[in-house]
Amino acid sequence: MRVALFLTCVNDTLYPDTGRAVVKLLTRLGVDVDFPMDQTCCGQAHYNTGYRHEAEPLARHFSDVFRDYEAIVTPSGSCGAMVRELYPRLGERARAEGRGDGLARALAPVVPKTYELTEFLVDVLGVTDVGAYYPHKVTYHPTCHGLRGLGLGDRPRRLLKAVQGLELAELPGAAECCGFGGTFAVKNAAVSAAMGVDKVRDAEATGAEVLCAADNSCLMHIGGTMSRLGSGMRPVHIAEILASTEEEPAV
Amino acid sequence: MSATFVGMPAFPEAAREAVRNPTLRGNLRHATHTIRAKRARAVGELSDWAGLREAGRRIKDHTLRHLDRYLEQLEESVTAAGGTVHWAADAEEANRIVTELVRATGESEVVKVKSMATQEIELNEALAAAGIRAYETDLAELIVQLGKDRPSHILVPAIHRNRGEIRDIFAREMREWGRPAPEDLTDTPADLAEAARLHLREKFLRAKVGISGANFMVAETGTLVVVESEGNGRMCLTLPETLISVVGIEKIVPTWRDLEVFLQTLPRSSTAERMNPYTSMWTGTTDEDGPRAFHLVLLDNGRTDTLADTVGRQALRCIRCSACLNVCPVYERAGGHAYGSVYPGPIGAILSPQLRGTGSEIDASLPYASSLCGACYEVCPVAIDIPEVLVHLRERVVEGGPAVRRGNKVLLKPAKGHAAERAAMRAARWAFAHPGALRAGQRLASRTRRLHPRTLPGPGRAWSGARDLPAVPPEPFRDWWQRTRGGKDGDR
Repeated sequence: MRVALFLTCVNDTLYPDTGRAVVKLLTRLGVDVDFPMDQTCCGQAHYNTGYRHEAEPLARHFSDVFRDYEAIVTPSGSCGAMVRELYPRLGERARAEGRGDGLARALAPVVPKTYELTEFLVDVLGVTDVGAYYPHKVTYHPTCHGLRGLGLGDRPRRLLKAVQGLELAELPGAAECCGFGGTFAVKNAAVSAAMGVDKVRDAEATGAEVLCAADNSCLMHIGGTMSRLGSGMRPVHIAEILASTEEEPAV
Repeated sequence: MSATFVGMPAFPEAAREAVRNPTLRGNLRHATHTIRAKRARAVGELSDWAGLREAGRRIKDHTLRHLDRYLEQLEESVTAAGGTVHWAADAEEANRIVTELVRATGESEVVKVKSMATQEIELNEALAAAGIRAYETDLAELIVQLGKDRPSHILVPAIHRNRGEIRDIFAREMREWGRPAPEDLTDTPADLAEAARLHLREKFLRAKVGISGANFMVAETGTLVVVESEGNGRMCLTLPETLISVVGIEKIVPTWRDLEVFLQTLPRSSTAERMNPYTSMWTGTTDEDGPRAFHLVLLDNGRTDTLADTVGRQALRCIRCSACLNVCPVYERAGGHAYGSVYPGPIGAILSPQLRGTGSEIDASLPYASSLCGACYEVCPVAIDIPEVLVHLRERVVEGGPAVRRGNKVLLKPAKGHAAERAAMRAARWAFAHPGALRAGQRLASRTRRLHPRTLPGPGRAWSGARDLPAVPPEPFRDWWQRTRGGKDGDR
């Protein structure tokens, strides 16, 4: 199977460890992973801030880069939801504006074969025990676009429960947004920060060392809040936990 | 606090104040979390919830598509049943019609059933200007009115108040409006309810004119429906000689049978009750039973304009249940007043900028009052995709474009204050269309990483005022990938 890693611009620039973890994990599971060098950004920030027309060329570019792969895997619930949920809407809106079917047709091939990482593991590869080892107490925060957009359900938690040495603590109010929300974090900074503090306090109440999620943009906000509050907890992307083994443990 | 929302600051400023108020935060957190959990239980009991939700969506969409036809049918049915129908294009016209109808009765006071439409048009203020006193009789609206406050929730307008605050308002203000509160009033719910009951009872018995809204209007029969929990609404609907109902034109359902769906979904979504306690229905007038005169004022006030927008029109499906407010993390922290409208929370953030347009500072800021977490869409009993409409309205704010205002097609200009953001978005789009440029930027960031501060000056404080910045890694992923061929040449 020819699988492309769609890492996302945020991970590529700020969280290369997550990318390396995905490559390590998938390779261990026998998947031949490629990283198309021309990939950039899915256009989510543009779309969600009201610049749909600026997002269109980025979506076309995404489709050009990824359309020939059998599967496209991304370690980001929100960027995955952008492709799966919102690319079809980009096409519909262009049609409604009298610009024909061109955009919808250009984007159609990548929509059904884009998977968020935990979806790809559970649904496509059919594994929940990925042979990982991570001897820490962890709490899991389901990020909004993964939870309500893609409907990841209990897939991430099933994967985490199968990790050796990992103790999973239930996060109170888990389904509540952490307050990141892309440009919301700066446009409504006060509310965003208050939501972040509440999320960190809920996470601390579990007694876990690590807050895990499947989206680094949310973790950037939660982690930045943890560090500002002097919390003892740290944010870790789920890929890094699943990639960790007894031979090569992640910290 | 003034009763009007004119001159409200934009949402972020108003929300910042609210976030700093610990009493408000505590009141809202307690109330929203309680009702949120109750609603989830009440909805979870029904195995066919998804079907009911879809049925509600379809009935509303069908009605909106044929609204012209159903409105005319409703007018015929109401008229045939002995009522009189009035048409109001906007708030001013509706207020004028109601004021004249009250004046014609010779009365100078009216009792009111809790109604969003009359709040939307600021009817109480218009009546006051004409020397007519309007008494709110819903318990929470009474608290708001006595406290010279504004409502902060659709269903629970005094949600921002706790029992102690309510006791103080009753003890201080009731005597100004009629029967004073008992001297030994405590803050127990039973005591507060009894004080309100005694205060309101004399108004019910004296009133000659009642004013209401309606949750539903049935086109085929001309029946209006009010759904409430206290019975105070029923007092106003049955005791006075004249009843005036002001109702938004989107409140129609085609047939009596359609109520079956909404009378299941509305109570469970709003108060988390299986069945609504007081459901009042009336069809025109009936001899020797209830009001002798019935007037229906059909209110447009921006609804037809909203209907012209293919993405935004789904907001008109709303049955005002408030489930979206109760699950919204932004509402929970910002409170209802920050939304600058009688419609707060997620539904308000898509309704106000459509009904009023995006011309004012507050209305242009409302589409951004959301992290797009999607909790509102998940609980909406008529499946309004609120995040979709929010993003659509953001586009209207930054790009402008075609819209309908007062029935005329207009081309909106982009809102002011977005020039820097627009330039940044364009620059980012350019860089993302040129992978080489993106890579150069990433490398520059990585090489200068030791110089990066953990906090930012100026506008960057919006991020780093509360959160540390992430550390930039020594190299972006793509450099590692290229250097090691995806780790095949070793990790270093």
